[in-house]
Amino acid sequence: MLQDQDRIFTNLYGQNDWRLAGAKSRGIWSGTKDLVLKGRDWITEEVKKSGLRGRGGAGFPTGMKWSFMPKDSPDGRPSYLVVNADESEPGTCKDRDIIRFDPHRLIEGCLLASVGMGAHVCYIYIRGEFYNEHSNLQQAIDEAYAAGLIGKNACGSGYDFDLYLHRGAGAYICGEETALLESLEGKKGQPRLKPPFPAAVGLYGCPTTINNVETIAVVGEILRRGGPWFAGIGRPKNEGTKIYCISGHVNTPCNVEEAMGIPLRELIEKYAGGVRGGWDNLLAIIPGGSSVPLLPKSICDTVLMDFDSLRAVQSGLGTAAIIVMDKSTDVVKAIARLSRFYKHESCGQCTPCREGTGWMWRIMERLVRGDAEVREIDMLLDITKQVEGHTICALGDAAAWPIQGLVRHFRPEIERRILAKHQAVA
Amino acid sequence: MTKLTIDGIETEVPHGRTVFQACRDVGIEIPHFCFHERLAIAGNCRMCLVEMEKAPKPIASCAMPVSDGMVIKTNTASVIKARQGVMEFLLLNHPLDCPICDQGGECDLQDQAMAYGYDRGRTQEMRRAVKDKYMGPLIKTEMTRCIHCTRCIRFIDEIAGVPELGAIGRGEGMEVTTYVEKALTSELSGNIIDLCPVGALTNAPYAFTARPWELRKTESIDVLDAVGAAIRIDTRGAEVMRIMPRLNEDVNEEWLADKSRFAYDGLKYQRLDRPYLRKNGKLTPVSWSEALSAAAEKIKNTVPNKIGVIAGDLVDVETVYGMRRLLDGLGINNRDCRQDGAALDPKNRAGYIFNTTIAGIEQADAVLIIGCDLKREAPLVMARLRKRYLQTGMPVAVIGQNASLTIKTEHLGESPAVLADIAAGKHPLAQKLKSAQKPMLILGMSALRRADGAAILAAARQLAENCNMIQADWNGFNVLHLAAGRVGALDIGFVPAQAGKDVNQILQGGMDVVYLLGADEIDTTKLGQAFVIYQGHHGDAGAERADLILPGAAYTEKDAIYVNTEGRAQLAFGAIMPPGEAREDWKIIRALSEALGKSLPWNNLVELRAHLARDYAQFAALGNVAKSNWGSFGTSGSITAAPLGSAFKNYYMTCAISRNSVTMAKCTQEFQMGITAEAA
Repeated sequence: MLQDQDRIFTNLYGQNDWRLAGAKSRGIWSGTKDLVLKGRDWITEEVKKSGLRGRGGAGFPTGMKWSFMPKDSPDGRPSYLVVNADESEPGTCKDRDIIRFDPHRLIEGCLLASVGMGAHVCYIYIRGEFYNEHSNLQQAIDEAYAAGLIGKNACGSGYDFDLYLHRGAGAYICGEETALLESLEGKKGQPRLKPPFPAAVGLYGCPTTINNVETIAVVGEILRRGGPWFAGIGRPKNEGTKIYCISGHVNTPCNVEEAMGIPLRELIEKYAGGVRGGWDNLLAIIPGGSSVPLLPKSICDTVLMDFDSLRAVQSGLGTAAIIVMDKSTDVVKAIARLSRFYKHESCGQCTPCREGTGWMWRIMERLVRGDAEVREIDMLLDITKQVEGHTICALGDAAAWPIQGLVRHFRPEIERRILAKHQAVA
Repeated sequence: MTKLTIDGIETEVPHGRTVFQACRDVGIEIPHFCFHERLAIAGNCRMCLVEMEKAPKPIASCAMPVSDGMVIKTNTASVIKARQGVMEFLLLNHPLDCPICDQGGECDLQDQAMAYGYDRGRTQEMRRAVKDKYMGPLIKTEMTRCIHCTRCIRFIDEIAGVPELGAIGRGEGMEVTTYVEKALTSELSGNIIDLCPVGALTNAPYAFTARPWELRKTESIDVLDAVGAAIRIDTRGAEVMRIMPRLNEDVNEEWLADKSRFAYDGLKYQRLDRPYLRKNGKLTPVSWSEALSAAAEKIKNTVPNKIGVIAGDLVDVETVYGMRRLLDGLGINNRDCRQDGAALDPKNRAGYIFNTTIAGIEQADAVLIIGCDLKREAPLVMARLRKRYLQTGMPVAVIGQNASLTIKTEHLGESPAVLADIAAGKHPLAQKLKSAQKPMLILGMSALRRADGAAILAAARQLAENCNMIQADWNGFNVLHLAAGRVGALDIGFVPAQAGKDVNQILQGGMDVVYLLGADEIDTTKLGQAFVIYQGHHGDAGAERADLILPGAAYTEKDAIYVNTEGRAQLAFGAIMPPGEAREDWKIIRALSEALGKSLPWNNLVELRAHLARDYAQFAALGNVAKSNWGSFGTSGSITAAPLGSAFKNYYMTCAISRNSVTMAKCTQEFQMGITAEAA
């Protein structure tokens, strides 16, 4: 259980002032100048020590990611930090609350992270639907500029730093980091081929690091308290605190910051008021946003909430958006709905995803009604394998995994429907 | 060099190549749709997936640069499965209407489905249908067949330079479109038909007329502009069914301009298929012997200085050569091949050819264009210039009409008078040119057709000399011709001999006999009372005025040499026979010489070419450009401030063939008159 003094997001529920004065009262912007002056290498090293892994879903070690940024620029290209605030993963609502209730934590993080990778310009790409959040964040940026915290000679450190906020137009795919860059450049949001990776050729062809809002927002606190403090929370290789978004069939859906590796059951029962109708009424949980395979109750009983524990049960931490489904749920229909989402959000660039997401959705719709043959379940599984890993970006994988999870854990239910339908017809 | 292993074969490839190219170099075929050597890499079809050791997922070989120690496997079970999977997805929403698809038989999807697909389908869902898009009179669309490889978009964007094609919609709803459903305004638009790997974009005039396996293919040279693009003429029986580009890195790479591709139907209309003689004011069909003796009699009974000969734009070298030998024998000096009156100076070859060569544009680093709407006058040269511009961002300045060239240009006004300033170093551009390593200029026909054309030519020469364009291994002086026959005729010296009359003087009247060798672009009203002999293949302006018609062959109907604007002599091959009693042009000249009692010393084309090569060494070896020595040409004089006009008003109708083409008429309607045909 996370101690109160170890919490980073002390205004996660918006009970306090989100503006500069309130932020300062929570310790944001204190000693930032000294942190900047400690320099790039120190910052990167401290973040490495903290064991921070990217909070956007993939869980790539943040310090290592920053260290890929070039140390010097013989051709004169600047480096950029881009903050991904296009939070669109169904079930996820953590970045939104960070932005609207604690925007200065993000802005300070942007400054420190930019110093850590030698960037003087940072872009925040915010989801178009986040209108009020955009408004708060822009006001906070204006405040920070006015207070000399960012801009020329940020915090009086001598480091020049500019921060721009850009609104997206509401496409899920623009949360994929390279599609985000395309969108930011004014093009159609379609993922780029990798290599080259953004650290070599990113925004406007310049070295770029793209980080999630939560990743950047925790940087200030990590640097103030030291990497080892952050690394002391959670489990090895899965250190630190994390905001979990608990939604679905729980009594009190909420966002909550907790230590990594907390048992899933404890998390739900302690913070979300438990599953509707009690833990035994639980059917399944999607533990990390719509993209990851669901887990049946038997696994939920014991599983820990971190990257490696969830991977071990063939799921993933993703964005730590916990979607709880009790026994009243039509689980096949729920996954079919997710398939429709991915079909709708596929950018259409590469073949397996463009064609596969639609095909998978149509089969899923038939499985909901039982209007299929039993052998089609294996065919569907085969199709998900044909999509997975064959696409330019991870949207194909994200469309495939929920279905794989469903077939893995609820195959008897699907078969039951098909047979029932057959009997009804006969 | 980078070392890697592909299917156990160790190989070395230059740094920066892709895995796909490395595989191809060792002879391993990788199926693909979206990849194209000359376009940006898209990596979206996913057909070229291969296995790379240490990579968790298969990689798209077309997009993966090689690196040292890579181990690539292209034939493992997982690769085969991945290909089958991608193929299944591509076919999922593809209509499978091969029996009624024009691409059938030359379809990448068809071929690769045979080689790499499953042998049966698994889907029972409905297929997608997509509304067809209007892209102009040249391109037929069947967008349901589109596999979204984006080759067409990339071509139109990158090479044609008119960003009028793009994709809208997401996922399954993605559609390739011109956004507002209008015709593509590129003169290179036809190339997207070749690029389309399926039958989504097909050749509209050719639609449903033939199957590829029925066609006989003849490799030849295009004559509808002076670029001399390599083409393939596809024929069935006695009919040209379509024309396709052929690879020639030095000239057209693998592209072809729309006029060259689509004007072939003009070969089927208004053809002269038998000799005619005007009797009692009316053209009457006659036999060849009657026609030839009538011509011989007329020529014999006229004093040589009352006879004029004008060679047209489409004449081949052999014909002009035969004609010149004949005229020399008869002492006829009034002859000209510059029917538009362009002040081309035949004295010095470097003064009338495209000295840098077309491929040489890729070395240039500063360009001055004088009186030349390059995008329309030579779309393929424009594509080359644009390619170089995109590589370097070099300065390109324009004197004359400020037409869109698809690249950023600096406009120096419409008057050619500024040439003298630049040559004298008084203009800021002079410094840019002088500081460039390999500056070049392109002189268009609209600058030379004026009364002060010779002075402009001289000024351009002066400018080239003063602005570092003439170097030991670089000659940046370029003349862009519009007529395929012009440079060849100039090489032969088909210009007034010994104070003979040029085209303007011939047309001043006073001639008793005028022999038009395919000349249609002259003002025939100026021929006066002369007896006009017309030798050519179309019933166009010249034939209408003629008193005697000797029906010749078009470029698809004869083996002939043409010299393009670079001075590159190339061999064209006849694909079909001339219609009716029409004959190959060199034969007509040979027969006429016999009727005149001055038989030319050859009995076949081989003998003719032997004579030709003896008299003009450059025709001994075809296909190359011989370097021409720099020298003096042009006539210094005053240049008027009159603005430079346009070489032609309508790109789609510039010669007898294109004027008689229905397809070109549709293009004229669409692009010149702004009448959009009802969308299909």
